[in-house]
Amino acid sequence: MKDASRRRLLFGGAAIGAGTLLAACTSNEQTPNTAQTRGPDGANPNASPGKAVTIGFSAPAADHGWMAAITNNAKAQAGAYGDVTFTSVEAGADAAAQRAALDTLISQKPDAIVMLPHDGKELTASGIKAMQAGIPVINLDRAFTQALAYRVMIKGDNYGMGVSAGNYVVAQMKAKGVTSPIIGEIAGIDSLELTQERSQGFKDALAAAGFTVANRRAAEFTVDSGQREATNLLQALPRMDALWNHDDDQGVGVLAAVQQANRNEFIMVGGAGSKAAIEAIQADNSVLKATVTYSPSMASSAISLARLVAQGRGLSDLVELAVPKDITLASETITKENAANYLQLGF
Amino acid sequence: MKATTTADPGTRPAATRDGGDVLRRWWSSEGNEFAGRNLALIGVLVVLVALGVLTRPDLYGDPEWVRNNIFTILQQASAIGVVTVGMTFVIIGGGIDLSVGAIMALAGVWATTVATQSYGAGGMIFTAIAVGVGTGVVNGLLISYGRLVPFIATLAMMVAARGLAASISGKQTQISQNATINGIASTEVLGVPLLVIILAVVVAAGWVLLNRTTFGRRTVAVGGNPEAARLAGINVRWHTLLLYALSGLCCGIGALMLTAQANSAQAAMGNLYELDAIAAAIIGGTLLSGGRGTIVGALFGVLVFSTITNLFAINNLSTESQNMIKGGIIVAAVLIQQFRFGSLTRLFSRG
Repeated sequence: MKDASRRRLLFGGAAIGAGTLLAACTSNEQTPNTAQTRGPDGANPNASPGKAVTIGFSAPAADHGWMAAITNNAKAQAGAYGDVTFTSVEAGADAAAQRAALDTLISQKPDAIVMLPHDGKELTASGIKAMQAGIPVINLDRAFTQALAYRVMIKGDNYGMGVSAGNYVVAQMKAKGVTSPIIGEIAGIDSLELTQERSQGFKDALAAAGFTVANRRAAEFTVDSGQREATNLLQALPRMDALWNHDDDQGVGVLAAVQQANRNEFIMVGGAGSKAAIEAIQADNSVLKATVTYSPSMASSAISLARLVAQGRGLSDLVELAVPKDITLASETITKENAANYLQLGF
Repeated sequence: MKATTTADPGTRPAATRDGGDVLRRWWSSEGNEFAGRNLALIGVLVVLVALGVLTRPDLYGDPEWVRNNIFTILQQASAIGVVTVGMTFVIIGGGIDLSVGAIMALAGVWATTVATQSYGAGGMIFTAIAVGVGTGVVNGLLISYGRLVPFIATLAMMVAARGLAASISGKQTQISQNATINGIASTEVLGVPLLVIILAVVVAAGWVLLNRTTFGRRTVAVGGNPEAARLAGINVRWHTLLLYALSGLCCGIGALMLTAQANSAQAAMGNLYELDAIAAAIIGGTLLSGGRGTIVGALFGVLVFSTITNLFAINNLSTESQNMIKGGIIVAAVLIQQFRFGSLTRLFSRG
């Protein structure tokens, strides 16, 4: 009996070991998206080598496709410059962990820090601390509350995403001659300001045409939550004309729910511009007809801006001698017509 | 082994259970419980459905929609329901498993990697189940042989499994290209969705395992008083290990169900499922301290949650208010238990 249980234990151990080995073999290596990296370009005076600089980077270690692309892009863009040394600190699971990681980074005195905070509000103090230590901070995507906390802010336009999605829905409804459409919305994590901004933009754009959202469910940016909320939304609206889903990653689950419910009477608009979504739009064989961009390429741009700031250069296309303070990306609408142009930018 | 057979409550001779005893047992425990707690939960379900009918008579007026909605609620309950069955066993056995959501994510993500998918549906099913059972066994080994507190061991597994899931998936959503796996979510057998049938089979198996087998009686004994169970000849460590392996198995099955529903898996999948499963088990009458619990009650607990979600969705009410109501229901259900199992005086003396 004793022997048998020991043998079982050994066998179990061996199985776990084999499992770990298998994990190493089956893991999907992340390849950086080269289209989101700007290589050295002879015609661009900003690309010419300058003073060697060290750029620190910190972003939340999220298990989400978009956030993964942010980190990969930043790393790849830094690698494209011969004069940039890239130091990255893992931000950990929450604001407190990121604050601690940033303290370590600040103590290393890099020439600039690119920071995507867990929450801009919670990490404003860290931004101020770095700036006071003489390190310019490039605030990426989630805005700090005080201008003192950053040298440059580059972010996506969450409100604009909602507006673009709303405008597309309005245009499509007008083209189809639907006068009082039933519109659904699957939002992301409701407690995040970015989700509220997206919803507000959508609401405002629809209101301009006299339309309203009939039912709005908040999911959690995951595929299974997207599937769950979409299933319930489809039950609540037995007939629907348009649906906006804030995030293409959770959109995989939303599309699965639509397919399982055998529904195709409406058009769906996505959000962020994932590769899978752009391919689905191009194939035009599902309800997904468009997506509005929120591109992780902004991380590459942030690294370029950090380099220019650290080297004391400006943006060559602008008359200004220095890099501007705020840059907000535009949210573009990807449809079947222009999907081919955007496919290379999908993450 | 032989010497302890008579003292082992798990192998109590059937002869002692004469007709009168069975009737008494049924009346005093199972029957009573069904009449009490489960009836209360059925009452809650009826109220929730009635609220749905009252607030959206237009939808409930369509029999086809009603049929779809019942299956929608059951399908939404299916994956979490399967996980809750495993969780109920662990809690009755005196433990807790905080890693179920993370194990589901790991099992789902591993089963949907490109390499695993190349082996087809069989390979995906095998991988999900093997990862579930394997991680469950690791939990069990840490707890029973490593002598770690279940809370700590499974907390560690929760963090580690999510980390491994993120690294295996490259933090990307893993899309399942396998038609057989994806088809699980839309297949119906005799008009009943396959996911609902899987849930029913797991619940039935769990009920039989808990109420009609040695394993079930040993689980209750181990959870109620591990020392007494050990003295009665039960290999408590081995049994504990089996309980966590069982929970892991349920997570593997649940992961496949979620993967089929979402046509994909992600490292963030099954987020907070551990709390939902624990809450459902406790609402269903399982004591958090172990030694008592019912599978049918746990199923009702899960159904109450998915019915609330559905009710809120058809009325376009926000997630926040839904979560507040959920909290209220958890408190109310546990208060009802206190009224039933403890006297009023005990309830007030605690205050």
